[in-house]
Amino acid sequence: MVILDRKLLRDLVAWRGTLGAIVVIVACGVATFVAMQSVYDSLSLTQTRYYETYRFGRVFASLTRAPESVAARIAAIPGVRAVQTRVVADVVVDLPGRTDGITARLISIPETGRPALDDLYLREGRMLRPGASDEVLVSEAFARANGLRVGDRLAAVINRRYRRLRIVGIALSPEYVYEIRGAADVWPDNRHFGVIWAARKPLAAAFDLTGAFNDVVVGTAPADADAVIAAMDRILAPYGSTGAYGARDQASHRFLSDEIAQLRVQAVFIPAVFLGIAAFLLDIAVSRLVSTQREQIAILKALGIDTFTLLRHYTKLVILVVAVGVAAGVLLGAWLGLRLTVIYTRFFHFPLLAYRLHPAIVAEAAAIACTAALAGTAIAMVRAARLAPAEAMRPPSPPLYRATLLERLGAAASLPLAARMIARNLERRSWTALGTVLAIAFGVAMLVVGRYGSDAIAFMIDLQFRTIQREDVTLTFSRPVRASARYELAALPGVRAVEPFRALAVRLRAGHRSRRVALLGLPDPSPLLRITDRNLVAHRVPPRGLLLSAQLARLLGITAGEAVTLEVLEGRRIVRTVPVAAVIDDVLGLNAYMNDDALHRLLDEDRTINGAYLAVDPRALDAFDRRAKGLPLIAGIAYRESMLQQFERTIAESMGISIAFLIGFAAAIACGVIYNAGRIVLSERARELATLRILGYSQREIATLVFGELAVLAAAAVPLGWGIGYALCLALAPFYETDVYRLPVVVTPASYAFAAAVAAACALLSSVPLASEMRKLDLQAVLKAVE
Amino acid sequence: MRSVRYAQPTASDESSERRAVVFHARGLRKVYRMGEVDVAALRGIDLDLYAGELVVLLGPSGSGKSTLLNILGGLDAPSAGEVIFRDHRLTGASDDELTRFRREHIGFVFQFYNLIPSLTALENVELVTELVPHPMGALDALALVGLSERGNHFPSQLSGGEQQRVAIARAIAKRPDCLLCDEPTGALDATTGKLVLEALVHANAELGTTTAIITHNAAIARIADRVITLHSGGIASVACNAAKAAPAEIEW
Repeated sequence: MVILDRKLLRDLVAWRGTLGAIVVIVACGVATFVAMQSVYDSLSLTQTRYYETYRFGRVFASLTRAPESVAARIAAIPGVRAVQTRVVADVVVDLPGRTDGITARLISIPETGRPALDDLYLREGRMLRPGASDEVLVSEAFARANGLRVGDRLAAVINRRYRRLRIVGIALSPEYVYEIRGAADVWPDNRHFGVIWAARKPLAAAFDLTGAFNDVVVGTAPADADAVIAAMDRILAPYGSTGAYGARDQASHRFLSDEIAQLRVQAVFIPAVFLGIAAFLLDIAVSRLVSTQREQIAILKALGIDTFTLLRHYTKLVILVVAVGVAAGVLLGAWLGLRLTVIYTRFFHFPLLAYRLHPAIVAEAAAIACTAALAGTAIAMVRAARLAPAEAMRPPSPPLYRATLLERLGAAASLPLAARMIARNLERRSWTALGTVLAIAFGVAMLVVGRYGSDAIAFMIDLQFRTIQREDVTLTFSRPVRASARYELAALPGVRAVEPFRALAVRLRAGHRSRRVALLGLPDPSPLLRITDRNLVAHRVPPRGLLLSAQLARLLGITAGEAVTLEVLEGRRIVRTVPVAAVIDDVLGLNAYMNDDALHRLLDEDRTINGAYLAVDPRALDAFDRRAKGLPLIAGIAYRESMLQQFERTIAESMGISIAFLIGFAAAIACGVIYNAGRIVLSERARELATLRILGYSQREIATLVFGELAVLAAAAVPLGWGIGYALCLALAPFYETDVYRLPVVVTPASYAFAAAVAAACALLSSVPLASEMRKLDLQAVLKAVE
Repeated sequence: MRSVRYAQPTASDESSERRAVVFHARGLRKVYRMGEVDVAALRGIDLDLYAGELVVLLGPSGSGKSTLLNILGGLDAPSAGEVIFRDHRLTGASDDELTRFRREHIGFVFQFYNLIPSLTALENVELVTELVPHPMGALDALALVGLSERGNHFPSQLSGGEQQRVAIARAIAKRPDCLLCDEPTGALDATTGKLVLEALVHANAELGTTTAIITHNAAIARIADRVITLHSGGIASVACNAAKAAPAEIEW
C-alpha cells in the first residue's frame, strides 16, 4: 500500500513537533535501559572473568600466628581446591611532605611464581626480584591517588622499624577491586589507604613470622564455602584466628556485588518510568491524530480499504516513531554506558573494565519500547479502524461544556473569564489533564529521586563525620596494649583529649543465626564518638550488655532485652551469653558497642586498648604526625578532616555525573510532556484562539489562556511530583540497604526547590516553540472553516 | 502577467449625502500566491463607507468580497493601495496596531458564529466588554438581540440562529464604529436567517453603527442603504435603495 505509506510519511512530517517530543522521551527511556543494562552486563561479566582468571579466593581468615604446616591441614579439608598462606599487616606509610595519615596493608606474595589465589595483575613495571627485600608493588588506585610511579620510593613503619621501600611495579588484585580497609569503611579513600605487596620472606622476618603465617586465603566451590569455613575455624582456633569468612563478608566483593545488584534494580525502575510516560504521550498523540483524520479514515474506508490495513497503517506510524526513538536511545545509551563505566573504574579497579553492549540488550530495549507504545495506543487505533465510514464523514459532536464544579459551588463568580475558560477546559478533559499532570509529576519525581542519592549520602557523611565522629585523629595498634598507654598518647604534641577503645572480633549468635562483627568497647561518656541514630538522637553505651545496630539485631532476629551468645574470636576465645541492652537505628555499619568496664569484666583480662580517638590541636598536627608514626605497634593513623574531604570529593565527582544525566532525562520528560500538552491545546483550540485574536485580543492575552492552562497543569504537577518522588525514594531505599549502610530517606528542601525550579524552567523552555506556533495562527481561515 | 485596467465604477459615490467617511479605500489590490500561480483577488478597488449606513457587499464566491472585508477589518494587508479608517492608516500598520484597531473600532460577525464553546452566551459577550472602556452592559446587548433569557446557556445548548445572535450581541456590545459581517446567515435556514438580519438592522438603527454585510444572497441586498456588487475582484455596480425593505419582507 504505497500510497498509504506516502500518507504516513506526510503525517510524520506534519506532526513532527508532537512526535519529536515522544521520540525524545522514548530515546531517554531506551537510553537509560541500554546504559544501565549494559553497564550491569559489563560489570558482572568483568567481575566473573577477573575472578576466574586471577583466582579470587572464596574463604578468608586472619590469625595471630600459625606454623606453615597448618596449611596442609587446611588443604586436606574436603572441598578445598587451593590454599595460599600469607603475612598481612597494616602499617603506617610515610610519603615525603605528607602528614595526613596514610595507612597501607602489606600483603606478602611468593618470591617466585604467582600467588595461588588472589593473583596480581601487573599494570606497570615488573614483579619482585627474589632476594631484593626492599622491592614492593603498590596498588594502582593508591599509586594514582598519591602520584606514585614505578621507581619511586616510600617508607613504612614495619614493626617499629622505619623501612625504605622501592616501587617496582603497579598492580591490581581481585581481592581489592573496591579498595577499602575493611567492612567498616563505606567509601574508598585511595589517598589515605592502599595495598602494598612485598616478598614473603623479608615480610615474615620483619613480623617474626618466619616459617609461619597470619592470614590465609582458600579456594573452594561456592557451595562448599560454609563447610570449609566451619572446618577452618576448628583448625585455626588455637592460632588466634578471628574467624574464617566467605566472599559474602569480604569487603571488596560485597561492595561490588551490592553495586551490581543495585544497578539491576535501577536498570528496571528508571526506564520503566520513561517508557510509561512515552506510552501515555503516544496514546494522546495518536488519539489526536485519529480524531483529526476522521474524514480521511472515512474516505479510505469508503474506497474499500479494510480495517486490518488501516490498523497496520497506524501501527506503522507508532512503530516508526518508536524505531527512531530506539535508534537514538541506543546510541545515547551506549555513550552513556561508556561514561558510566568510566565512573565505575574510579571506584572499582579492574585490569580492564571493557564496556560491551550485547545485541540482546538492544533487542530487548526495542521490544519493550514497541510493546509499551502499542499497548498505550491500542485503544485509539482500534477506535480509528472500527469507525464506520458514514459516521466518520460527519464531524465529531461539538464539545460540551458546563460550569465547573467550582462554579456550581458558587465560588467562581469573581473569577476572570480567562480563568473560567481554563478551568472549564481542564475539567472537560479532566482525564487527559490528569494524565498530563501525572506525567509531568513523574518528571519532577525523577528529579527528586535524582537528588535523593546525594542528599542521603551527604546526610550519612555529615552524620558520621560531623555528628558521631568528633575526633581529629584515630590511632589503631596492631595488637592490644595496656590501658596505661593512653597517658603516653596524651603526652604526644598537641593532644587535648584521649578516648581509648578496645575493638575485638566477635561472633554474635542467636539461634541458628550468627554474624561476625567488631565489638567496640567504649568509655562512658564517649565525647569523641557520639553514638547517634538516624533521627540525630544521641545514645549512651549502656553500663551492662550490648548496644547493637537495629539492622544487626534484625539480621540476628532479636530485639532489645533478649540475649545473644558472644564468641570472642581472639585470645582465649571466651564464649558468653550477653543481654542486648538496646538497639540503635543507625545508618552506617553493623555496630556492636559495649561499655569498656563491662567488656573487660567479660574478657576477664587486664584493661587493654587497641586504639584511641584523639582531639588534637590543629596547629600541632605536623609535630603530632612525626611522633605518632614512630609509636610502637602503630598500625594506622587516620585524620578525620582529610578523610572527610577525600570522601566528599570522590562522591561529588561520581554522583555529579550520574545525577546530571538523570536530571537531563527528567527535564526531557517534563519538556516533552508540557510541549505536547501545549500542542494539544493549540490544535484543539486554534479556531477559538484565532477568533479571540480577531475580536481584538492581543497575542499576549491569548498566550495567557494557553500558558495559563499549562501553568495550572505544571503547578499541580509539582507538589504531586514531590509526593511521588518521596514515595519512590521510600520504595527504593530498601534496595539500597546493605549491611554496610542503610540509605535514610532524606530529601532536603533544596532538592524539592530544585525539582520545582527545573520544572518551571522546562515549562518556560517548552513555551518558546509554542509561542511561535501561536504567532502563526491563520486568522482568516477561521472565518470560513466549519467547526 | 497581463494587467488589465477596467473602467470601474467607484463606491465613493459623490452623489451620496455628505456624511462622515468611516472607511476610505483607494486602489486596493490583493494577489495571493496559490502554489505555482498568482491569483488576483482584488484588482483595484476604490471604496468609501459612511457613518451609520448599512451596506451589503454582494457577489458570488470568488468575487473578492471576503478579501475586501478582511482588509477592512485589519486581518489582511492589501498587495497595493491604501485603507484609511478615519484618521488611522491601516496599510503598513503593525500587528499590534491592527489588534488595537480591531479591539477599539470593529465588531465581527462570522458565518460560523465562532463562539467560545467554554463560555456561556453572557460570558461570550463579556469577552469583548472587558476589552473596551465604554461598552454597553452584556445583558443589554443580549436583550438587543432578544436573548436575555439565554445568557447562562453554553453554545452547545443554543440553536444556530441563537448562536449567531449571541455573536451579534458580542460584536455590538463594545459599541464598535463598524460592524463587519461575513455571510452571517450563510449557515442558517431562511426563517432563522431573517431573525439574525432583524438583529443586525435593529442594532444599526438603534446604535447607528456602520454595518457591512457580505453575502452572495441577492435577496438580502434589499435591506441595505447601499448595495455594492463585486465581480472578479472589482466593483461591478453600486446602488442605493430608495426604500429599504425590512428583513421580514424579504424571501429566499
